[in-house]
Amino acid sequence: MATKLDPKFKYEVANFPGGHNILRCFQCGTCSAGCPVREIDEKYNPRKIIRMVILGMRDRVLSSDFVWLCSQCYTCEERCPQDVRIPDVMDVLKNMAVKEGYIHPTFAKQAETVGNMGILYAISDFENRRRIRLGLPELPSKNLEVQEIYKTTGLDKLLSNKGGA
Amino acid sequence: MKYAFFIGCVTPVMARQNEVSTRRVAEELGIELIDVDDFACCGFPLRSVDVETSLLMAARNLSVAEELGLDICTICSGCAGTLNEANKELKENDKFRREVNEKLRKIGREYNGSIDVKHFATVLYEDVGLEKIKSKVKKSLEHLAIASHYGCHYHKPSHIYENREDPEFPTSLDELVALTGAKPVDYEDKMQCCGGNIVGVDENITFAIASEKLEHLKTVAADSMNLVCPLCNTVYDRNQRIIERRLNKSYGIPVLFYPQILGLALGIDQGELGFNMNRVKVSELLSKI
Repeated sequence: MATKLDPKFKYEVANFPGGHNILRCFQCGTCSAGCPVREIDEKYNPRKIIRMVILGMRDRVLSSDFVWLCSQCYTCEERCPQDVRIPDVMDVLKNMAVKEGYIHPTFAKQAETVGNMGILYAISDFENRRRIRLGLPELPSKNLEVQEIYKTTGLDKLLSNKGGA
Repeated sequence: MKYAFFIGCVTPVMARQNEVSTRRVAEELGIELIDVDDFACCGFPLRSVDVETSLLMAARNLSVAEELGLDICTICSGCAGTLNEANKELKENDKFRREVNEKLRKIGREYNGSIDVKHFATVLYEDVGLEKIKSKVKKSLEHLAIASHYGCHYHKPSHIYENREDPEFPTSLDELVALTGAKPVDYEDKMQCCGGNIVGVDENITFAIASEKLEHLKTVAADSMNLVCPLCNTVYDRNQRIIERRLNKSYGIPVLFYPQILGLALGIDQGELGFNMNRVKVSELLSKI
């Protein structure tokens, strides 16, 4: 299958905070060699993903499952001889994917929950009664200021449009 | 010694033993943890979706603590990492801080970069100090061999923590274990990640990664794992039985939060340290004390 290449893709990634050193990558493979995810599943291969970005394989990368598989352990980043911040690069790619309408359902659900409640796991009345029994202070069930943050960055609209691309 | 207590989202729902034991140990050592109702999610789960929103969430939490004039103490490595990363950038990059503050002002907030963020284990290690803690140990845990799991965000990426410890060979958690009289044990691939961050993408990968570590702990016959992050705990403690069943293995390795271990050494009653909330049985371990 012929893949359309976008020669500007790598610069787009490099211009995002955290993406800046991707152009320095010389494909040594240190990242992939120490990656705990790649050790289990070849589908996630940071060296290869970076190569694909540099080659301009925009659609293939942004629509992929593999960008969502970085466990954010920073082993690669600590070892990279070129100071490529690989977990940050994966965040850049995922953020770009989201804007193109690709979002992994788990992350969509988490982002929606945090947007509605301000926290990732709702604290129910039941939970608070249990806390009182344990001698712990009650926790607020929601933080609504977070909804305002979502409006400021436009994440609320982005999430409601997901799947539309 | 007084901190704004950042409990995080995972602990109250999936690791109350972390909160219970931290509060009790803090009380014993004279560390004041102030509950703050205005804290929200640290921002970590949003990194993958929108880094800008994630940073604003972190900045908002920092501004809440700054208003109280308090440094933040977290009991989750994910929260510690996210808040520290944002804090460093906000302190060092004036342009970035101005941009963030323009947005924070829309919700009536501002952050001036005047506070620090520390994990509770770091508060113990740096602010209280090993010698002082050691002087309060009442019961040596000399019959226990404990394997520390550092996880990832407790000390990495090292640049956000001012290279506090070697990212490949950190020692703080082992030193904290040693002061209780327990034997800190090394094991293969000690720095390996729990895989918890992708459990919602492909849990088979997470469980395969986690089983490697459990296997290594079994090899060195550790009495328990020591950890400081509730997300790692969900993998190793809450899911240990599932991992055993899926991969046809047998581990039965207790997983303790560091304050539970320290609490025992400080002579705090076992009933006050949340052991009944641990999933993997701890009775055999406790019988050795």
